[in-house]
Amino acid sequence: MKIRVTINGKSYSHDVEPRLLLIHYLREVVGLTGSHVGCETSLCGACTVELNGKAVKSCTMFAVQADGASVVTVEGLATDGKLHPVQEAFWNEHGLQCGFCTPGMIMASKQILDRTPKPTEEEIRHGLEGNVCRCTGYQHIVNAVKAAAAGAGK
Amino acid sequence: MIPQKFEYTAPKTLDEALLLLAAGAKPLAGGMSLIPMMKLRLAAPEHLVDLGKLKDLNYIRETDGTLHIGATTTHAEIESSPILRKKCPLLAETAAAIGDVQVRNMGTIGGSVAHADPAADYPAALQALEAKLALKGAKSDRIVAAADFFVDAFTTALQPNEIIREVIVPVEAAGTGTSYQKMFHPASGFAIVGIAARVRKKAGNIALVRIGVTGLSNRPYRAATAEKALEGKLGSATEIQNAAALVAKGVDANSDLHASAEYRRHLAVVHAARALMTALARTA
Ligand SMILES: Cc1cc2nc3c(=O)[nH]c(=O)nc-3n(C[C@H](O)[C@H](O)[C@H](O)COP(=O)(O)OP(=O)(O)OC[C@H]3O[C@@H](n4cnc5c(N)ncnc54)[C@H](O)[C@@H]3O)c2cc1C
Ligand code: FES
Ligand code: FES
Repeated sequence: MKIRVTINGKSYSHDVEPRLLLIHYLREVVGLTGSHVGCETSLCGACTVELNGKAVKSCTMFAVQADGASVVTVEGLATDGKLHPVQEAFWNEHGLQCGFCTPGMIMASKQILDRTPKPTEEEIRHGLEGNVCRCTGYQHIVNAVKAAAAGAGK
Repeated sequence: MIPQKFEYTAPKTLDEALLLLAAGAKPLAGGMSLIPMMKLRLAAPEHLVDLGKLKDLNYIRETDGTLHIGATTTHAEIESSPILRKKCPLLAETAAAIGDVQVRNMGTIGGSVAHADPAADYPAALQALEAKLALKGAKSDRIVAAADFFVDAFTTALQPNEIIREVIVPVEAAGTGTSYQKMFHPASGFAIVGIAARVRKKAGNIALVRIGVTGLSNRPYRAATAEKALEGKLGSATEIQNAAALVAKGVDANSDLHASAEYRRHLAVVHAARALMTALARTA
C-alpha cells in the first residue's frame, strides 16, 4: 500500500506492506535509527515518537496508520545543530547512562512540557509511566525535565 | 514480532466501514489491544478496517441531560475534556487511570469496551454510571445497557458485523460525588481490581449509591447489595466499611499469577471503601 508521511518536516512516500510496524518503517525503510526497539510489546517506551503532536509507541502501530500524518522522531528535535531544550537538559542533568531509553524518554518528556509547561514532580513521573529505564534510577531524568521546564521560562 | 499478513482499508465514511465489516472485516481503532494480539498471533484478522480516521465517530456532545461520546474518542481526549471533567468527572478520572500517556493518546473508549478485557478500567465506571452503548451495523442501530453488554471475559453483546458507535452517560446531578480507585498492575497499569463509586446526598442522607466493579471476575458488575446497605444512611466510616465488605460477596473471583482470588476479594473491599469515602467527600 502506498503511504505518504511527513517525518521531521520532510515528506516521504513508500509502498509498504500493511503489517509493517511504524518503528520498522522508520528504522529500516526511512533509515532513522534514533527511535529504539526495546521490548516490542508496548511496555518500555523506547520507540516513542510524536504522531500529529501526540506521543505514541511506534512498535504498536502500523506504518499505514500514519499515512497522511506528521511524525517527529528524536532526530527531528535539534535545529541547525542546536539541541532542543529537553535534549540540552538531559545532557546537563545526566538524564542518561547507556542512552538506550533516551530517545523515547526525550519524546515523552517533550509531551509532558507541551501539555504542562510547568509540571510538578508528580506530573513528570506520571507522564513518564510509559517509559522504562534500566540504568538511571529515574531521578536524573526527572531532574532533566524540571530543568527543561525552568529553562523554557527564560 | 511480525503479525500475519492482512489487508488494510481506511474508509472515509462510517457507511463504507460498516459495509466492509458486514463483508467480514475487523475494526481497528487505537490498536492498543488488537496490535499486541496480532503480534503474538493470538489474532490474525484477514482484513482490518481502520476506524481511527473516521471523523464522524470522534466527538463528545451533550444533549438533554446525557453525554454522548463517539467510539473513537481516545482515553487522552476523555481525560482532558472540559465538559466531561465538569459533567461526568468519573469517566474522566477513569480514563486518566488507564495505562500510560502513549496508550491514552492512541487507545479509544470504543476499542476498550469492545475488547472487554476483565482488567479494563472503563467497565467499572460504565456500570456505576448505568451507561448505555449505541451499536451500529450496516442494517441495524440499537441501544444496549452496559449491564447487559458485558457477557464474559472478552465476550460482549456485539454482533460480528456491528460496531460500538457511541457511549452514553448521564450528566451528574448536583450533590453527586464520584471516585475511581484501582490497584494498578505494576507493569501494564491494568486494574487488578478497580472500583467506581457514585454517591448522591439529599438533606444529609445518602439518596443514591452506585458501585461498579472491574478486575475481580470475568464480568464487570454493579455491587447491588453493597449499594442497598448504604442507601438512606449518613455515610459514617463504619457504615462505609460494612457496605464495602459486601462488594465481593458471592462473586466468583479470578485467580491468576498477578493475584489470587482471595487477595482480589480483599483488594475489592479496600478499594470500595476508598472509592466510597472519596466520593462522599466530593458530594459537598
Ligand atoms: C501498555 C498498555 C497498557 C494498558 N493499560 C491499560 C489499563 O491500565 N487499563 C485499561 O483499561 N486498558 C489498558 N490498556 C488497553 C487500552 O486501554 C486499549 O486502548 C483498549 O483496550 C483498546 O482500545 P483500542 O482503541 O486501542 O482498540 P483496538 O486495539 O484497536 O481494538 C480492540 C478490539 O476492539 C475492536 N474494536 C475497536 N473499536 C471498536 C468499535 N468501535 N466497535 C466494535 N469493535 C471495536 C477491535 O476489532 C478489537 O477486537 C493498555 C494497553 C497497553 C498496550
Ligand atoms: S519497543 Fe515499543 S514500547 Fe518497547
Ligand atoms: S539510560 Fe540506560 S536504559 Fe535508560
